[in-house]
Amino acid sequence: MTKYIGKGIYDAVALGKISLFKRKKVKIESVKVADKEAELNRFEKAKQSALAQLEEIYNKALEEAGEDNAQIFEIHMMMIEDEDYNDAITDMIGLQGFNAEYAVSSASDSFSEMFSSMDDDYMQARAADVRDISNRIISCLTDSKTEQLSTEDKLIICADDLAPSETVSLDKNKVLAFVTAYGSSNSHTAILARSMNIPAIIGVGKEFLDEISDGQLAVADGFSGELIIEPDSETVTLYEKKLKDENEKKVQLENLKGKENITLDGTRVDIFANIGSVKNVDEALENDAGGIGLFRSEFLYLESSDFPTEEEQFKAYKSVLEKMSGKKVIIRTMDIGADKQADYFNLDKEDNPALGLRAIRICLTRPEIFKTQLRALYRASIHGNLGIMFPMITSVSEIEEIKEICKQVKCELDEENIEYSEKVELGIMIETPAAAIISDRLAPQVDFFSVGTNDLIQYTLACDRQNSHVDRFCDTHHEAILRLIEISAENAHENGTWIGICGELAADTTLTERLLRMGIDELSVSPSFVLKVRDKVRQIDLES
Amino acid sequence: MKTFNYTIKDELGIHARPAGLLAKAAKAYESEITITKGEKTVGCTKLMALMGLGVKCGDTVTVNISGSDEEVAKKGIKEFLEANL
Repeated sequence: MTKYIGKGIYDAVALGKISLFKRKKVKIESVKVADKEAELNRFEKAKQSALAQLEEIYNKALEEAGEDNAQIFEIHMMMIEDEDYNDAITDMIGLQGFNAEYAVSSASDSFSEMFSSMDDDYMQARAADVRDISNRIISCLTDSKTEQLSTEDKLIICADDLAPSETVSLDKNKVLAFVTAYGSSNSHTAILARSMNIPAIIGVGKEFLDEISDGQLAVADGFSGELIIEPDSETVTLYEKKLKDENEKKVQLENLKGKENITLDGTRVDIFANIGSVKNVDEALENDAGGIGLFRSEFLYLESSDFPTEEEQFKAYKSVLEKMSGKKVIIRTMDIGADKQADYFNLDKEDNPALGLRAIRICLTRPEIFKTQLRALYRASIHGNLGIMFPMITSVSEIEEIKEICKQVKCELDEENIEYSEKVELGIMIETPAAAIISDRLAPQVDFFSVGTNDLIQYTLACDRQNSHVDRFCDTHHEAILRLIEISAENAHENGTWIGICGELAADTTLTERLLRMGIDELSVSPSFVLKVRDKVRQIDLES
Repeated sequence: MKTFNYTIKDELGIHARPAGLLAKAAKAYESEITITKGEKTVGCTKLMALMGLGVKCGDTVTVNISGSDEEVAKKGIKEFLEANL
């Protein structure tokens, strides 16, 4: 039994035989040709066949993986027709008299080199696209075809790397999983694997290919990123059970889509999703989330090299609101500071950043930053059902200050004749012990509470979340935490304020019953947990 | 010659797809259209060169247009950028 570790990119396991993915190695030699014109024609013909093949692959991908994922092949077609790329090739043939194969392979090297030297993951991954299109033209020139899988068994495909077109060309019914030596989670192959629901492990390292052989039994564990070659019988039994459970669970959860979040005694609870970027909305919808309970707006700040403009923010918020088509969307104002830093804020280095100038404290210290975000939020509010949530609240005066700024922003919009919704709900995070303890005073001020359990635990138990040495003192089910949540829930309801939980405890199904007994109105979890929590809720009987 | 500046608003910057569409759009005009980020200038009809500029969200690029239909081209390219990037 040998183990290799890579990065799992799709949460599923596979047990089956290995197949080494082979490409017919075309050895490219540089030859001088006598008839340059004829060679240019050969290239042109090969290019046209490559384009025709891509068109076909594009249509296959469109059918199997959807438009978003098929786009890459449209881009491949555009790349093949790129002026600079073509000039580089035709110059080598027409001016220097080289053979077409060599000209294409040289252009492939220089253009893929350009991409792989860029300082951006996304662009680096484009080097593989250049090699992919070039190999396609070369195989058209030499009339060689990529080998097709011809076997009855389902296989775990192992390769150094798979080009996007190779991933799509594989017959899905014959692929159990794929494992590659290289690759990044940003590569199209990884993205395609996820959308085609094929378990995959990438970045295992190139040694493994020399040590494995066709037909060996193996386990590919997409959760842990492990590839286990010739597992012992104990491991096989373990994974057979995992596979069985996984399949049963999958079917069961799929069946829960479209069902209500209702307990056996008829108590309803909202199950929303936490998202960190506009792209995650699709995942939330796919998992049947009833709304967005936490949209972390930090990504706009963290992915940018300067303060995001009002327009950029507006565009992002509007797009989430529109995609959720009228379902509740709670956007949390930026939570920069502590472990999330952006250089251009020029924040002083702090000895104790978790207790420092972060989140709402930055907003109230530098209202111009805050106002830009609020303007963007209010402008976007007419496109859906918006709630704005403020993090790191400790006192009533902070809320008063925030509301005053909101009022100013709305006045400005009125003066400029810019529309906004009057129905925007304002809420606060309960993530400091102070907020929970004075929740009776905070509740009348706002429309909703959302308990951020991660910070609440860290502040209540005095345990740094990033310090593994204090793990054993950091009991997430500590009675103090549960009591603080309970106090907040009681005070919220007495004042007609609703209360949700958006921290990790919301997805902890061992606590779901206790939370429902406290009267929690909403649980907001990662999209992949929505159905699991729904499943739990539907088994609870609060009257028993 | 016509010139204008544009700040990229798309989260991913000038990534593959919009670069492809931009190259296509630029080909529709007679005028020579270039795009400049910092020290680097590339022809707008060239997909890989456009991607190679590495333009990210928040970057400001300068678009230069010169030729017989520069007025129409400026309008067209500007609209394209606003709608797609």
